[in-house]
Amino acid sequence: MIKLWFFAFILLIATQGFAIDDHQLADPEQQKTYELINSELRCLVCQNQTIADSNAELAGDLRRQVFEMLQQGKSKDEIIQFMTDRYGDFVLYNPPLKTKTALLWLGPIAFLLTGFTMIFWFIRRKKQAAVTVFDKGKQEKMRQLLEDTESSVEDGDKL
Amino acid sequence: MLKYIIPLALFIVLAVFLALGLKGKPGEIPSPLLNKPAPAFSAPKLNAPNEKLSPADLKGKVWLFNVWASWCVSCRAEHPVINQLAQQQAAIIVGLNYKDDPDAAKKWLETLGNPYNDSVMDADGRIGIDWGVYGVPETFVMDKQGIVRYKHTGPVTEEDVQNIFLPLVAKLQAEL
Repeated sequence: MIKLWFFAFILLIATQGFAIDDHQLADPEQQKTYELINSELRCLVCQNQTIADSNAELAGDLRRQVFEMLQQGKSKDEIIQFMTDRYGDFVLYNPPLKTKTALLWLGPIAFLLTGFTMIFWFIRRKKQAAVTVFDKGKQEKMRQLLEDTESSVEDGDKL
Repeated sequence: MLKYIIPLALFIVLAVFLALGLKGKPGEIPSPLLNKPAPAFSAPKLNAPNEKLSPADLKGKVWLFNVWASWCVSCRAEHPVINQLAQQQAAIIVGLNYKDDPDAAKKWLETLGNPYNDSVMDADGRIGIDWGVYGVPETFVMDKQGIVRYKHTGPVTEEDVQNIFLPLVAKLQAEL
C-alpha cells in the first residue's frame, strides 16, 4: 500500500514542471504580474505548456520580452495584446470566447447535456418496462410459484 | 429502430470529428499578421554587418522572407527548394538568419549555396518575435505595398513552390 502511495506521489510531482528562469523584478507586485503573465501564455513550440513551464528557447525569449516590457512599465493587458498581435489567440492558454472558439467553450456543456438527457431517457424507459411486467395475471402466477417453493422446502425438511 | 439509429448517428459524428482531427495540423498556427503591414525592423546584413536592411527598402517589390538558421535541420532539407526558387527569379528572397552564429551561417551558405538577395541577422530572436516566428523555417510573402499576404510554417517543398508560391508571386507581381 505504501508503495502505491509513493508511486502516486511520484506521479503527482512529475507533472509539476518549471522552467529555469533567472528573471527577477525588484518590485514584488511586478514579479507577481510577471509570473501570472507567464502562466497565461502558451509556449508555441511545445503547445501544451505555458512559457512559465517550458524550457524551449522560444519560451525563454518570450519570458525575456515580458520581463522587459514590465520593466518599461507596460501593463499586463498591453503585454497580452503585444503577444496576440504577433502570435494570435493561440498564444493565450485560456482562449477568449468568440464565434470561432464557441464550440470549444460550449462543446463540453453540450456533451454534458446530451449525457444527462440520455441517462434520463434510459431511466424512464427502464421504469416503464418495469411497470409493464407487474400486471395482475403475472403477479398471481408469481405468488403461486412462491407458495409452491415454500411448501417444497417444508417437504424437504421431512426427509 | 431508434435503437440502431442512435448509435449509428453517434458513430458517424465521432468518425467525422476524428477524420477532421487527422487532417488538422496542430503545428500550423494561423498568423495574425496576414493582410497586415510587414513588421518593421532595421537589421544588419549577414555579409555586410555595417549595412542595414529594413522592409521599407523593399517597398514596390514582391519579396519573400525566409527564416533560417545553420542549426536548423529542417532548413537544410528545405534549402535546395529555396535555391531552385531563387533561380526562377520570381521575387526577391530575403533571409532572416535567426539566432545563429554569423560564421556558422556564412559557412552554411558557402557550402549549400546562397539563394538570398540578402540575409539579415537576428542574433537574439527579437525580429522573430515581432514576426510571430515560433519554429524555423518559416516563409512569408509580401506584396508590393509591403503587406504580408502569406505565411508558410515548416519546410517549403517543391510542391508548395509549384502550387502556392509561384502562382501567388505571379499574382502579386501583376498587382500595382
